[in-house]
Amino acid sequence: MPPKSQQRPMAKPENTIATLKRIFTYMYGFRIQFVFVVIGITLSSGAGIAGNYLLKPIIDNIEEALKTGSWKYSRFISLLVVMAVIYAVGAASSLFYQRMMMKISTTTLMRIRNDLFCKMEMLPVRFFDKHTHGELMSLYTNDTDAIREMLSNSIAQFIGSAVTIVGVFTMMIIYSWRLTILVIAMLFVIFRVIGFVGSRSSKGFIAQQKALGTVNGYIEEMIDGQKVVKVFCHEEKADEEFDALNEELCEAATHAHTFANILMPIMNNLSYIHYAATAIIGGIFAVKGVGGMTVGTVVSYLQFTRSFSMPITQVSQQLNSVLTALAGAERIFRVIDEEPEADEGYVTLVNADIAADGTITETDRRTGRWAWKHPHKADGTVTYKEVRGNVEFDDVVFGYEPDKTVLNGISLYAKPGQKIAFVGSTGAGKTTIINLINRFYDVPEGKIRYDGININKIKKDDLRRSQSIVLQDTHLFTGTVMENIRYGRLDATDEEVYAAARLANADSFIKHLENGYETMLTADGANLSQGQRQLLAIARAAVADPPVLILDEATSSIDTRTEALIEKGMDSLMEGRTVFVIAHRLSTVRNSHAIMVLEHGRIIERGDHKDLIALHGKYYQLYTGMFELS
Amino acid sequence: MTTEDIDVKIVDRYFYKKRGMQMYGTILSHIGKYKKEAILSPVTIIGEVAMEVLIPMVMGKIIDNGIRRGDIGYVVKMGIVMVFMAACSLCFGALAARFSAVAAMGFAKNLRSSLFRRVQSFSFANVDKFSTASLTTRLTTDVTNIQNAFMMFVRMAFRSPIMLACATIMAVKQNARLSLVFLFAIPALGFAVFFIISKAHPRFEKMLRQYDSMNGRIQENLIGIRVVKAFAREDYEKKRFEENTDSVRLAQFAAEKLVILNMPIMQLVMYASIVAILFFGGRMAVDGGIGTGELSSFIMYVGQILMSLMMLSMLFIMFVVSRASLQRVYEVLCEEPAIKDPEDGNVSAEDGSVRFENVSFSYFDDMNNLVLDRIDLDIKSGETIGIIGGTGSSKTSLVQLIPRLYDATAGRVIVGGHDVREYALGTLRNQVAMVLQKNVLFSGTIRDNLRWGDENATDEEIIDACKSACAHDFIMGFPNGYDTDLGQGGVNVSGGQKQRLCIARALLKKPRIIILDDSTSAVDTATDSSIRKAFREKLADTTTIIIAQRISSVMDADRIIVMDGGRITDTGTHESLLQTSEIYREVYDSQQKGADE
Repeated sequence: MPPKSQQRPMAKPENTIATLKRIFTYMYGFRIQFVFVVIGITLSSGAGIAGNYLLKPIIDNIEEALKTGSWKYSRFISLLVVMAVIYAVGAASSLFYQRMMMKISTTTLMRIRNDLFCKMEMLPVRFFDKHTHGELMSLYTNDTDAIREMLSNSIAQFIGSAVTIVGVFTMMIIYSWRLTILVIAMLFVIFRVIGFVGSRSSKGFIAQQKALGTVNGYIEEMIDGQKVVKVFCHEEKADEEFDALNEELCEAATHAHTFANILMPIMNNLSYIHYAATAIIGGIFAVKGVGGMTVGTVVSYLQFTRSFSMPITQVSQQLNSVLTALAGAERIFRVIDEEPEADEGYVTLVNADIAADGTITETDRRTGRWAWKHPHKADGTVTYKEVRGNVEFDDVVFGYEPDKTVLNGISLYAKPGQKIAFVGSTGAGKTTIINLINRFYDVPEGKIRYDGININKIKKDDLRRSQSIVLQDTHLFTGTVMENIRYGRLDATDEEVYAAARLANADSFIKHLENGYETMLTADGANLSQGQRQLLAIARAAVADPPVLILDEATSSIDTRTEALIEKGMDSLMEGRTVFVIAHRLSTVRNSHAIMVLEHGRIIERGDHKDLIALHGKYYQLYTGMFELS
Repeated sequence: MTTEDIDVKIVDRYFYKKRGMQMYGTILSHIGKYKKEAILSPVTIIGEVAMEVLIPMVMGKIIDNGIRRGDIGYVVKMGIVMVFMAACSLCFGALAARFSAVAAMGFAKNLRSSLFRRVQSFSFANVDKFSTASLTTRLTTDVTNIQNAFMMFVRMAFRSPIMLACATIMAVKQNARLSLVFLFAIPALGFAVFFIISKAHPRFEKMLRQYDSMNGRIQENLIGIRVVKAFAREDYEKKRFEENTDSVRLAQFAAEKLVILNMPIMQLVMYASIVAILFFGGRMAVDGGIGTGELSSFIMYVGQILMSLMMLSMLFIMFVVSRASLQRVYEVLCEEPAIKDPEDGNVSAEDGSVRFENVSFSYFDDMNNLVLDRIDLDIKSGETIGIIGGTGSSKTSLVQLIPRLYDATAGRVIVGGHDVREYALGTLRNQVAMVLQKNVLFSGTIRDNLRWGDENATDEEIIDACKSACAHDFIMGFPNGYDTDLGQGGVNVSGGQKQRLCIARALLKKPRIIILDDSTSAVDTATDSSIRKAFREKLADTTTIIIAQRISSVMDADRIIVMDGGRITDTGTHESLLQTSEIYREVYDSQQKGADE
């Protein structure tokens, strides 16, 4: 497994508007609901402001009563009723919009996740070479979580705050434009403070993320190698090293969070100072009667100054999480925008009835014979060709990186039913050849033909369905043993699964498992030995029952005696099929029809076992143990 | 997280219910030397809150005694007092911000460190139980969750109740009759919050489980992407994933739809209180019982009281969400290392002999599920032993008992004349070097990695060990020789080279007993035999135990043990086993077939 480092820069989003728009496109079908949400938020925030606005006539009403001695009680009550109604509408609409927003955001997230996953499944293997699992995993966890946070909290807060700010500001101007000048001065200070503290805290957070990445990387490495740590009694040393990294993280995090925490009290107290200043100046105005200001006006205005700073603080706090979410969304969209595996193939694999005279008819039934259905665009006809497993490499040149060729002019021919083996050191290009046969990678130079058809013309899924592969690293999936074997062919009957397991000699150990074929396997199949997992992988390939079989070090973890036991099964599995075998253990490849010895991406020797021994070349050296395969 | 983890959780749920308080206690005890800050943080917050509570009173005074009476001098005076109070509050707030950051980050540091140490103390059995992937998540994501929850806790858990108390006192002081409104408002809100939390908890747990299973599916697909593609199962996987995300969506909606009730309920109660206060307060004001300024500062207290209740409820909800993380971390902290140092473990090995006395072993401590069944074996000091056996014949299980990586379920393992359980683990494992089947090199240079065997090894010793392991030549082939950087996971070397580095690393320990568990499987036969030759010549006094698939790797051993189904079936030399052991002969034949052509 590649190293999974969580060292991800907290990059700022590059294109805020476009990313935001794109997130909104995932809300399709919710457009009307979203409009309602915005209305709901507006109503909810508006109710708060309107309530405050009503405070003034109510206070004025009381003041008047105090002054004149006669109380307009019915007006007092009607004002209270209006207030109650407004508030009730506010509370109801906040319940309404939150619920609706929750529905929108959970669905939106599901769509983003599904889209990301669907895309991921379509990406070429090359993509997974370039990205670590940790990196991709974090798209689904950290980045999606950040979007969730934004959708379910920040959007509503933003709109609500904006409504409040605009509303309150308007009210303030209506009440007294003179006092509002003070507000503008205050705003200036607030923005300076946010800028100052914010830039320090975001710098701090970047440092923290970096330190966190280092610490988490160390944890991963040490836990992964825990058994080695134990064997070498390296625990104390590891503790020491860890403490140093941990201390660094602690310092960076403390710095970052201090600044983040401090914003709230600063904003809060600025608003008190603002309040005091407004009270003094407003008081003077009221006493002097400047601009017809009354006590009621000042009281309400003072209320407004309180409700003005709140949303600004909220927005400034949300800003960080919105930026994080957008940066995360950009990373997700970058993957969604990746070029999927190119598949311009149009030749498909079909079940075939083959008459004695060789006429091929397409059928839905599983006949055990297959044909390539080849539509010809030029004249609109369809021809069928039996799938036999002819594989032909014609001067193939390939490299994983453009400037580093791994295969140099490989030409080879596998006849139907032949067993072809590849032998050579690590990096000689054995696995690469196999990666090309099933088109995990595309060939820039040279041609690969399958039953005479250029494999680029064959639909990828069909090409791969015609081959069964047992890979070097065995991966099983969460599910029962039965499900894991059936992965090879989803419509296989239980009987067929048992037969495949028997063929791979896996039946006996499966029966000894706690629940036999119904035993649950965990993701990495940790409850099975490496050898047992390989047996399951062989059974999985066997149940697929394809014309071509590829075995990449399929028996490397199986002891030679067990291998000898399954040899018979393997032989019957290979019978009539074209088989490509890569094996370290030369005893595994000895009975091949042709053995290709690879070195530095070239075939240096070819022939069967006898030929190659007689040749006294590299194969001979390997076989007699004079040369190391690594 | 694996399904295994979920099982652990289910089994232990009852246990944690009983010991819930203990869990919080254990985890909170990691505050350690940051106790000062953890205490000062709420103390300064009290100061901040006190100011915040007093300020509305000053505001009321400004309106009632200043503005309404036209006393500008008073307004200015109180305005200055208020600015001063705000400055105080700001100082307290800034200090609280600093203290809470120091306390929370220090706490997280200690927790992380304690977890790391705990994991370091785990035996193989403990690691097997959790799986490495799950341990990593617990030490990374879960600790971060707890850290954030803790900071919120330090900042809010004191602030809200204090705010609640102070604001209530002030409100009552200002007007006891009006504050009767709170007698209705607070219980109503408290009840609603309690209802939400008690309902939400199980739903959140369910949501987290759905998340885990979705993440598990993603991880599997990342690791096994080639298998998915090779079997053209993309659509099948997509369908299964969509089932996952839909369950996540439903679970999330079910949990969060309760939490979002919080806000409207709070608003409702607050608004109702304001209207009620205005109604009663208005009448009182007209009768001269209360000033209008007092009335509006009273309304401000309503806001403070209900807001702090709301904060408290958010705090509780956050606890519910972080509880899963707490539990997972607590599980690690509570996990007793299956193997511990004996209290008086001061014995040292007298020689390199190993004796198994009627040893049975099960990974689950279950005598009905034995992988080793009554093994008796006597290995003399300096002997070379080969072990041959099929997949699942428990070869590895047998040798893992020698350095006490696991404890025998029954019987005794005696190394150097003493039961392995009498040794201090460090002493024992320094005597017994084991090269694991699944081996790991760490990031750093080749030299750094080799020094794991002996921190103070001289260059000569390192080169000597590498020569014995046939690693010197290829190391010198690298441009930087012994200073070649291996990067995480040791990606630059081939399988055979890695195995030889691991052997050299083990040799540097200069052990009395060395165990090679299938450690030369990727090394060619010629190199394999020269390693064995070096062992014979340089390590003649060292007991050597070799597990191998290849007969050629063990055929020149003093004795070869043949294992099958957890038992020793035959013991003897290569020649004698060819005569007596059917299994051995089969293995031999399977490897020899065609070799003589």
